[in-house]
Amino acid sequence: MDFYSFLIQLLNGVQYGLLLFLVASGLTLIFGIMGIINLAHGSFYMIGAYMAFTLASLTGNLFVAIVVGVVLSVLLGIVLEWALFSHLYKRDHLEQVLLSYGLILVFEELRSLIVGNDVHGVAVPEIFNWSIPLTATLSYPAYRLVMSAVCLALAGLLYVLIHRTRLGMMIRAGASNREMVQSLGLDINLVYRLVFALGVALAAFAGMIAAPVSSVYPGMGTQVLIICFVVVVIGGIGSIWGALFAALLIGLADTFGKVLIPEAAGVTVYLLMAAILLWRPEGLFRRVG
Amino acid sequence: MSRRRVALGAALAFLALFPLAGATFYTELVTKVMILAIFALSLDLLVGYTGLVSFGHAAFYGIGAYTLGLLAPKYEAANLWLTLPAAVGAAGIAALAVGVFVVRVKGIYFIMVTLAFAQMFYFVFHDTKFGRGSDGISMNFKPVATIGGTTPFDLGNAAHVYYFVLVLMLAVFAFLRTVLRSPFGRALMGIRSNEHRMRSLGFPVYRYKLASFTLAGALAGLAGYLSALQFGFVNPELLSWHQSGNVLLMLIMGGLGSLYGAVIGAFAFVAMEEIFQSLTRHWQLLLGGAIVLIVIFLPGGIASVAGRFRRTLVGEAVDE
Repeated sequence: MDFYSFLIQLLNGVQYGLLLFLVASGLTLIFGIMGIINLAHGSFYMIGAYMAFTLASLTGNLFVAIVVGVVLSVLLGIVLEWALFSHLYKRDHLEQVLLSYGLILVFEELRSLIVGNDVHGVAVPEIFNWSIPLTATLSYPAYRLVMSAVCLALAGLLYVLIHRTRLGMMIRAGASNREMVQSLGLDINLVYRLVFALGVALAAFAGMIAAPVSSVYPGMGTQVLIICFVVVVIGGIGSIWGALFAALLIGLADTFGKVLIPEAAGVTVYLLMAAILLWRPEGLFRRVG
Repeated sequence: MSRRRVALGAALAFLALFPLAGATFYTELVTKVMILAIFALSLDLLVGYTGLVSFGHAAFYGIGAYTLGLLAPKYEAANLWLTLPAAVGAAGIAALAVGVFVVRVKGIYFIMVTLAFAQMFYFVFHDTKFGRGSDGISMNFKPVATIGGTTPFDLGNAAHVYYFVLVLMLAVFAFLRTVLRSPFGRALMGIRSNEHRMRSLGFPVYRYKLASFTLAGALAGLAGYLSALQFGFVNPELLSWHQSGNVLLMLIMGGLGSLYGAVIGAFAFVAMEEIFQSLTRHWQLLLGGAIVLIVIFLPGGIASVAGRFRRTLVGEAVDE
């Protein structure tokens, strides 16, 4: 592999990893703070991608589609938390697993009812539809770089939100002691609702920006969900830093795994997870913030 | 004779006489249910008795099924007495290998890690030449039960398959009951209720959990094998996470931690599935909606209601 092909794979790996981070961070926050395991989290990614497809074909503009889509997904998050997940805080994981399993079936079937089961493509927006030439034959699409930059910016914002704002303080306090936060007169239910909506919006946003590069297909949610579980297990549940590090690790392992050992492509990330489970069963970063 | 024994006897008599009623469709349907009951029983050992919630149990079901698919010769029938132990063994070995990793983690990690490993096996069968891809493998011949020159029953005959599966289901039930009443089974239940205490009492908790995981995997392999035998083909969907979710649902419907519950849950699940499928093509919407409503509106678990339902059905004291 020469330098430029290596560079392209590296950029692809980082971009995939950052995208996974957006989905996995919501998953890990929702678990770390609310103690909820949500299998339907991958469905939000799928819903995001399908919203990008539908809204972009309605409005003709992906940016408008994304703005509308983010608003809709925040609303979806608030409604789901209010109607369903808020009943599950004190219940055991098995019931949470079942409820979210039921939700996946509902979302997938609704998707099939509304948009059908076809694979769709979404056009890359005109201003980013160009490539950076690397050599005479190789180039790198600008849109992917923009995606990576946006994901990085969001990761930074998430950090600031959690560690530098008053809401972040409430989120961190709620994660360590729910009752104490309540007795201080803070509305913990509101915090939970916001965190859940944030997680949904992040996953849906990831689906929306991924739509132009990965196409939109049934089952995309499950695929990303399971990889995100691997990310969360490697990173350590509840840890944002762990999620970022593990997502990049998985992104690179998956991308280079496909190039270097194509026979084992589907299996690389799971083997990595197995190795880390032997070494540190609690994940690499445990509960740091 | 307690009411419970009468009900049990009636249920057994019903199952024993059922194929005589005629309709092959229903004989095959109940065969399918009993295979799922074996699958649910195997998971109950893990979830209900050891306290390990696995969301990847379908992997071992699929491995059992694929063992028959891969071992079946192209131009002649496979032998039941060779392939069945091979399937159980293969699933057991796979469960042991996966168990070494997953049993190290607890709770929510365990759920995620079992799901991830199951997905790895799904990929192996879906995306490699070894597993023949997404279409799976069709078997040209049903296995034969020939042993020592005689063939005691015919696996091409729906009623014979029915009785074979019925006997195996009862055998698995009796086997698990014996296991659970043994010191080993008591230790598993101890781990479920208080792992720390079991550890401080000197029990090798890791090895007990690993043994439970391996045994559950091997029995799931038996169920998978029977499914491949009944339908004559295998495909990666056998290992899909829907399968793992559905078998968990069966346990919840029947009531966790009761062997009767696992069997009743399998019947209840298939009944629900058949009813929804007859109503609409988008039956998964109904199934998903039903699951959500059940979890929300029946706090304390469906098991409580299923328990009440069971008590009226089977009589008092159904706890194992």
